[in-house]
Amino acid sequence: MAAQDAFRKQLEALRPYLVRYAALQLRDAAAAEDAVQEALLAALAGEAGFAGRANLRTWVTGILKHKIVDVIRRQAREPALPEEAEEGLEEFDGLFTRNGHWAERPTGWADPDGALEQAQFLRALEMCLERLPARTARVFMMREHLGQETAEICKELGITPTHCWVMLYRARMTLRECLQQTWFGK
Amino acid sequence: MMGIISCKETTRLVSQGLDRELAFGERVALRVHLVICLGCRRAGRQMEFLRKAVRELAEIDLRTGF
Repeated sequence: MAAQDAFRKQLEALRPYLVRYAALQLRDAAAAEDAVQEALLAALAGEAGFAGRANLRTWVTGILKHKIVDVIRRQAREPALPEEAEEGLEEFDGLFTRNGHWAERPTGWADPDGALEQAQFLRALEMCLERLPARTARVFMMREHLGQETAEICKELGITPTHCWVMLYRARMTLRECLQQTWFGK
Repeated sequence: MMGIISCKETTRLVSQGLDRELAFGERVALRVHLVICLGCRRAGRQMEFLRKAVRELAEIDLRTGF
């Protein structure tokens, strides 16, 4: 019993991290709390599955990933996030001249792989992700973090492939700009 | 066939190339543009880097000890 209490405490200590991780993908505080709760319960019930593994957080994050996908599926029929304009890529007009050339040529990023070793870079990336419109962020995370195929994402969110590509383009261009300003351009 | 494409169109194709298989004409137009355009090559590399960073989000978190 004492061992189980210790395990429960270790899991509980991970909760703030897990909520932040889920919220980044779901963009919905209540849904994030629910997913984390389900993951923690599943982890408690499956303690045996953890035995001998190196890292508790990695193991629980793996469980949570599945719960997040479940939440996204459940929400698919009742769109929980506000609709966003289908096209509307005018937001990037300023980046290009009238004939479609770069208004200002993108600068190269120095040592991007080194950035992946820095906690502050992670903060900057999370901040940029949080600034994305909610649905755009969700599609982007489904594609790039959860690694789902576009067809799967379209089906689950009930959107057309074209809309999906537009949202992914918007996410990438916005994140590029944001990281340029907050990290690489500094 | 797509022929000559602008930087704006190129960035869209680079992005879509990460999500679907591009048609032959699109691939050719993209390749031709990228050869001559440093800005688009950089933007493309940066989109690929974003993929890597976001995919590894949880691992970075762990490595950097947050």
